[in-house]
Amino acid sequence: MSNRLDLLFEDRSAFRLSIFFTAGFPQLEDTAALIEALQHSGADLLEIGFPFSDPLADGPVIQSSSQQALVNGMSLAVLFEQLEEIRDRIHIPLVLMGYLNPVLQFGVTAFIEQCVACGIDGVILPDLPADVYVAEYKAAFDAAGLAFIPLITPQTSPERIRFLDEQCSGFIYMVAGHGTTGGAISLQEEGAYFQRVKEMGLRLPKVAGFGVKSSSDIAFVQQYAEGVIVGSAFVQHIAGGCSDESIRSFIGGLKQVN
Amino acid sequence: MERFKPDARGYYGAYGGAFIPEMLLPNVAELQANYLSIINTESFREAFHKLLRDYVGRPTPLFYSDNLSKRYHTQVLLKREDLCHTGAHKINNTIGQLLIAKHLNKQRIIAETGAGQHGVATATACALMGMECTVFMGSVDMQRQAHNVERMRMLGAQVIPAESGSKTLKDATNEAIREWIRHPKDTHYVIGSVVGPHPYPDMVALFQSVISEEIGKQVQEQFGKAHPDVVIACVGGGSNAIGAFYHFIDNEHTRLIAVEAGGMGLESGKTAASIALGRKGIIHGSKTYLMQTDDGQIVEPHSISAGLDYPGIGPAHAYLRDTNKIEVVSITDEAALKAGLMLTRTDGIIPALESAHTIAYLEHLQAGPDDVVVVNLSGRGDKDLITYQNYFNHEQ
Repeated sequence: MSNRLDLLFEDRSAFRLSIFFTAGFPQLEDTAALIEALQHSGADLLEIGFPFSDPLADGPVIQSSSQQALVNGMSLAVLFEQLEEIRDRIHIPLVLMGYLNPVLQFGVTAFIEQCVACGIDGVILPDLPADVYVAEYKAAFDAAGLAFIPLITPQTSPERIRFLDEQCSGFIYMVAGHGTTGGAISLQEEGAYFQRVKEMGLRLPKVAGFGVKSSSDIAFVQQYAEGVIVGSAFVQHIAGGCSDESIRSFIGGLKQVN
Repeated sequence: MERFKPDARGYYGAYGGAFIPEMLLPNVAELQANYLSIINTESFREAFHKLLRDYVGRPTPLFYSDNLSKRYHTQVLLKREDLCHTGAHKINNTIGQLLIAKHLNKQRIIAETGAGQHGVATATACALMGMECTVFMGSVDMQRQAHNVERMRMLGAQVIPAESGSKTLKDATNEAIREWIRHPKDTHYVIGSVVGPHPYPDMVALFQSVISEEIGKQVQEQFGKAHPDVVIACVGGGSNAIGAFYHFIDNEHTRLIAVEAGGMGLESGKTAASIALGRKGIIHGSKTYLMQTDDGQIVEPHSISAGLDYPGIGPAHAYLRDTNKIEVVSITDEAALKAGLMLTRTDGIIPALESAHTIAYLEHLQAGPDDVVVVNLSGRGDKDLITYQNYFNHEQ
């Protein structure tokens, strides 16, 4: 079966909205309901964060959601249980995002098996360098049809971007600005960087994220990328609770064309 | 003989490497590509040596302690790193890294600190070399090492409290790494121990290796022996230990003993004995032993000494443990406090609580009367006066 990410981005003229949330936050059992509500509200793909005690690339919002999720009892084992039958109801691509150490302790082989069993399409592991991925894990990811999604920043050299575009899969996560997730960035300053990457004519679609919070941010990104990721702003939005109605209005607000 | 070092990708056996997010790659790659060539230039060597001699006060003495020797029926020597400028070995590394940062045209320095010794040493080197300095420190540590916070501020550094997690060294390190991600071009991150992504473990070990280089010469001069029989050092991340061990690692006649912080005891759940209780995993960009849950979450450590209060261990030490080149033992908070007072009364030296762990181990050491036992006294205890005081007032 084809990877749902590849199918989603087959039409490069469409613009896709990805939402990130931390599994097990605000409540341990919110995961499945959140996925359903987000699909119904019009999100095109989802990134499900599995929490880590020491999330180096994350800002305060996702740090504290991760900490709360851990207190609630979230772990990879619990998450895979919650996702076991999710594909009965969900057709949009699902990506897992988190740090390497929990995956190593779970066992990389077991992790890949569980991803396949739950219908996960891709994985983002910010602290697994692509070089190590290629040398040690790529064969297993490819065999399982699981995408390994790389990150790039304004500092990433063109040669490095080419390497990531060739070796990785799913999409390229274009990190806006120099920062951790949810940072206060001025997206407009990233125009030159986005344009430079756009002109490279890459094989993989580009999805921009880190600090994106409004429909005007999204309209800006749309000039350069095939998709956008909203994370911290959404996690903050649901911190007090996640009714279907409030999720619908949040996604609706993002999709509003200025 | 070839020096002790990791392979080209930064691995000591199965440990080390550089498990960093793509955002940090340019910073780390720049260091990886340049640190050895900078260190090996004549001008760097000259400047480093001169500052260690005239500013830090090296070589530090190797003091034969009559009282400890009689007490433990062996020959006990104290390597007096506590006499370094700023009061600990940490400044050997910060001087070296500041010279590298200057060479790479960085304008700004960031650092993490636990006990505050590395923070003070970084702020000191920054004052000397005219660099802007920001130090991240766990808010719990800022309370228990308030004196060092004031020193850093007086030296012109900005001290930023880390409020996440256990609010100690691990969390200060997380915050420093996040700050580095936010400032990839103009900022150098001075890591204080032999932890973090390649090349930090090797770079810091090189700067601290001056300790064992001096020990070797001093043992030769004082005893006419080619090497000491035993070297004892405490390990948190492991920088003073790797420095004290470095030139004896491949010498099978020297026993190298690493003393971990046992906290309230290995069974208590309140400990920082990362080698004894840790399993392989990734912390702060490096594959090594760390204390973690079955689910791979990093466990909050505990030690009375802020400098040893770290859930991981430098990858070189993980490798040396696996290959049986070092012995790893642990000492509890209480034993360390008592040994600190004992050394103060027998020799008139107030040791840092970190270093007091090594003194406490002498009681358990099996050594012959003619053996030359070097204890690396990594720092002085002024910063720990309140902790010492609280303990002994409570005891009385």
